[in-house]
Amino acid sequence: MTGTIHNRETFLSQIASSLGRSRLSSGVTDPEWKHRPQDQVLQDATPDELVDILKTQCLKIHTSLVITDAKKLPETLHEVVANYGGGPIVTWKDERFSKWGLEPLMKKEWPSQKLEVYEWDHTKGAENIRQAEKANVGITISEMTLAESGTVVLFSDKDKGRTVSFLPATYIALVPKSTIVPRITQAARKLRELHHSGKQVASCVNFITGPSNSADIELNLVVGVHGPVKATYIVIDDL
Amino acid sequence: MAMKIGTDHFKERVEHGINDSFMRGAVAGAQNSMGVRRQTATEELGNWEEWRSHGEEIRQHVLANLDYYLEQLSENVAKRGGHVFFAQTAEQANDYIKGVVTKKNAKKVVKAKSMVTEEISLNKTLEEAGCSVVETDLGEYILQVDDHDPPSHIVVPALHKNKEQIRDVFTKKLGYQKTEKPEELAWHAREMLRQEYLTADIGITGCNFAVAETGSFSLVTNEGNADLVTSLPKTQITVMGMERLVPTFEEMEVLVSLLTRSAVGQKLTSYITVLTGPREEHDVDGPEEFHLVIVDNGRSKILGGEFQSVLQCIRCAACINVCPVYRHVGGHSYGSIYSGPIGAVLSPLLGGYDEYKELPYASTLCGACTDVCPVKIPLHQLLHKHRQVIVEQEGKAPISEKLVMKAYGLGAASPMLYKLGTKIAPAAMNPFTVGDRISKGPGPLKAWTEIREFPAPNKERFRDWFKNREKGGKES
Repeated sequence: MTGTIHNRETFLSQIASSLGRSRLSSGVTDPEWKHRPQDQVLQDATPDELVDILKTQCLKIHTSLVITDAKKLPETLHEVVANYGGGPIVTWKDERFSKWGLEPLMKKEWPSQKLEVYEWDHTKGAENIRQAEKANVGITISEMTLAESGTVVLFSDKDKGRTVSFLPATYIALVPKSTIVPRITQAARKLRELHHSGKQVASCVNFITGPSNSADIELNLVVGVHGPVKATYIVIDDL
Repeated sequence: MAMKIGTDHFKERVEHGINDSFMRGAVAGAQNSMGVRRQTATEELGNWEEWRSHGEEIRQHVLANLDYYLEQLSENVAKRGGHVFFAQTAEQANDYIKGVVTKKNAKKVVKAKSMVTEEISLNKTLEEAGCSVVETDLGEYILQVDDHDPPSHIVVPALHKNKEQIRDVFTKKLGYQKTEKPEELAWHAREMLRQEYLTADIGITGCNFAVAETGSFSLVTNEGNADLVTSLPKTQITVMGMERLVPTFEEMEVLVSLLTRSAVGQKLTSYITVLTGPREEHDVDGPEEFHLVIVDNGRSKILGGEFQSVLQCIRCAACINVCPVYRHVGGHSYGSIYSGPIGAVLSPLLGGYDEYKELPYASTLCGACTDVCPVKIPLHQLLHKHRQVIVEQEGKAPISEKLVMKAYGLGAASPMLYKLGTKIAPAAMNPFTVGDRISKGPGPLKAWTEIREFPAPNKERFRDWFKNREKGGKES
């Protein structure tokens, strides 16, 4: 469905007139910037070095980081969830969970231990939000991970609700090591490439850097305001 | 709340600020800690000057091609199913938004922090239309609960309040029963606001940077409130100042990096959210309907003129955090939601010289603001430029200054008068002089010496000294 545009020409003509030229509707090409400092940041870092940088940054953003491999992932995830006080748990519906061998944990083990697990299901509408709101833990997967800032990047989708990472009290991001890049520069470029390749950019792309926080009261840092109070990244060695 | 805050005159506001010792302590502490954090975050990049130059070239390019990029933005927003309204005035913007609210029969709006909606007095308009408006940024929420106390800083709006005052406000207005610990206060706000998000009809946000190429826009927060505002209500309205956009994601990332480091010394804030259009088919959360309101409200008058570079601003408040004047008088003294050096440049342009002619003088022209600006706005030069315009074109110099200048003009034009004047000045000033300083000056000097000393005229005139020197200084 296409949207609508109102009052554009008068508005833009005023701008052109202020700039002392006629209306510019085409002909602006990608500028050749004189400076590109962003490319130099961590440009030579190896994947292992990027993991180290991410780890150090996590200390500054009140986020726990655990490194594991595909084999130990279920055990690790279970431990982190238990540390956060168990369920209720809400997760995306994502085939990567079963690819990584998490299905027995999520679908059998947890329910048998009376840990409530809810998998996002778009056909159930607003029920998803009710489940996310009462959840203790939200689990999602990072599409791109920024070492410099300690940031996970999420793309929304019908099976990947936006609120899974916001409404629960605590948050866990699964971070495949192969998704780690130096900084937001690489992520921005990837988003642009996706757009140019004809794919629609997700309606919501979240860059999440640790738990929510605020310094609005006397500049005292309070961790956990509207979003999660605690966050853990589980790095999965997939390289 | 409009851009203008309060009804007191400039001097009364400053007087009030200077005597508010808690506020002054809070501001000084904030400047110290935020200053260090900003400095650490910018220095660790190793080539901050190059980053600033890149920020500047991006902003200048966008302003020079603003109509092109706004057209591209609006096309791409519409392509993704969003509705775009171009508002030349605050009134047009408010009318459009009120129209959406009425059509949706909305009773409650939740808002994420936005300076431009403050500028156009959106809350007032919506409340008059019978819709309740809830601010969700913790600082803004505190101010709103406290009978709409105005913000005093563009990043930390409740900076002027201490935790005991906040506790008392919460107790009185929200039935809060716990202590003044920031954690407990914040938790209470979280619980209150959760219910508001879940029951609101419309979410309203500002916009840090719109992206022309994809019709996206980004929101930068630490609390996560903007995410709930844009995830839960069925209708979303985003209001942006017309200059707040970039060509592509690649420039967006540079400006976001400049913003978070300059504003709070963070590499990135906890939440940077990039939204494109309404939710997609089958999505459960995110708005079903999306409106983007692009606001001029006086900006196009700045464009193309000698103050154009002020539109490069990305609202990081780094200039406010280093300003020695802001440090002493606080945000409310500026009488505008835009305070500090950026406010002193922007408020007279958007609100007029009649209202804000004192602000360009509320500066020592030390240039610290210019040094820290991540997009290289020559702030102190623009303040100086304002003074020139006020005196030369607007004829709005203070009367005492006009008299002094007139008297000096007369005196300096006649050698006789000049000689007489310089001869009698020390004697005339004698009753007011202590040592070599005047601390309680008469007439036109009064305003100056009320807040600082003035050097007493030298007892020996330059010409006398020179004559004496020619003679080999024998007379001394």
